[in-house]
Amino acid sequence: MMSVETEIRFKLNGREVSLKVPVAMKTLAMLRDKLGMTGTKYACGEGECGACTVEVDGRTVNSCLMYAVDCDGRELVTIEGLRTPEGLHPVQQAFVDHGAVQCGFCMPGMIMQAKNLIENNPGLTREEAQRGLEGNLCRCTGYTKVLDAVEAVVSGKSCGSRP
Amino acid sequence: MPVMPDFELLRPDSAEAAVALHASRPASRYLAGGTDLLPNLRRGLADTATVIDLGGIAELAGIRVDADRVHIGAGTTLAALAAHPGIAAELPALAQAALAVAGPTHRESATLGGNLCLDTRCRYYNQSTPWREANHYCMKLEGDVCRVAPKSKRCYAAFSGDVAPALLALDAEVDIVGTNGRRTLALAEFYHDDGMRWLALDRGELLAAVRVPLAPGWSSGYEKLRIRGAIDFPLSGVAVALARDGERLAGLRIACTGVSSRPERIEGLDALVGQPLDDAALAQLEKLVLRGIQAMETTTASVPYRRKATPILARRLVTRLWTEAA
Repeated sequence: MMSVETEIRFKLNGREVSLKVPVAMKTLAMLRDKLGMTGTKYACGEGECGACTVEVDGRTVNSCLMYAVDCDGRELVTIEGLRTPEGLHPVQQAFVDHGAVQCGFCMPGMIMQAKNLIENNPGLTREEAQRGLEGNLCRCTGYTKVLDAVEAVVSGKSCGSRP
Repeated sequence: MPVMPDFELLRPDSAEAAVALHASRPASRYLAGGTDLLPNLRRGLADTATVIDLGGIAELAGIRVDADRVHIGAGTTLAALAAHPGIAAELPALAQAALAVAGPTHRESATLGGNLCLDTRCRYYNQSTPWREANHYCMKLEGDVCRVAPKSKRCYAAFSGDVAPALLALDAEVDIVGTNGRRTLALAEFYHDDGMRWLALDRGELLAAVRVPLAPGWSSGYEKLRIRGAIDFPLSGVAVALARDGERLAGLRIACTGVSSRPERIEGLDALVGQPLDDAALAQLEKLVLRGIQAMETTTASVPYRRKATPILARRLVTRLWTEAA
């Protein structure tokens, strides 16, 4: 079958993007292979692990389970969109400060989900963080320090926290 | 990443248009949240020449709470369902079941209709093509034999949706749109006990909405057994709706998932109604649950374990709701 390409336009990390994608291409493949944004990780490719988590219109989804054509008219934020000229995002900084990163492969998804949880619930408890991050698997099983980092951001104790 | 099968993507703006498109194209599939269909397409468990994206159909969206019932569009996400204050308050089993599906990011995409129409699952079916090929496939796709029950003429893949048992216990009905118009079915009539043809949908028919009656005085809940605390499909799931009148049981409905090719509504519970919920009644309840399920080797956890655990899950949930209703 001939490849059917569709033109889409959307906002990616605050910038307007327009490109042509095959209808069967997933958002994850578009980000990594078409746009060269390899911060979002491809691990299981079938929604089991959360490594490919991105924000779409303020909600976190598995980009491996979303067709790229569905990005049309929407607003995406990926891990590349978190850092500002002033430095790392507070959640990123807290992960660094707490040594929450082991092999690092789950980190972009973990951080996207943690950031989204904190933004939607500034008083996030440790238990709520645990429930909220349960779709993000860490193959090094390093969950404790991830939760420590999230807790530090919420309580404002991370040195990277913004006022 | 692996190449997805290519297809034509269509985006109708009404249920009628979607049904007409489906009828005009032989190998077409409806796409809602995609959390079930995309992994299956990727593994070669489904193929399609046409994908009909239901995301643009306004009718499928939204939750409306009326005086005596709740109307829920089939396109409502499980996250929206779980977060709706009216549903959490009036139909806790439904909110708990929606929250028990997969993980937080899946629930932002996955829909009510998709979970009700979830493909049946089995340890011999939900595998990669090389795995299935090495095993000479199975009856559900490309093979002749049910690997779970090789002598059987039917497929025993298990229905594993969490929301269906909750809605069965809550006595819900579904609205279906087809080329010949619309019809309404009790949810119990929506499922067949067959792993290959588990939905009472004719070709191209579309599940549009669910209606749940509000029953004052009833309480409800959902409990799920799985290996990990998230993402996993149920080894077994039990939903209960219960009414208590003083020291007597005034009403009881139980439905199970993951332990049969359809969500099973447990029969015979009326015998317990009008009586106190004592040890004898609970023992009888366990027997009725065991009689109503048909756990097969569809999961990595053993059949004896699931046969033992399901009645206990039901007993615990009934006991909790009974005590809370005191």
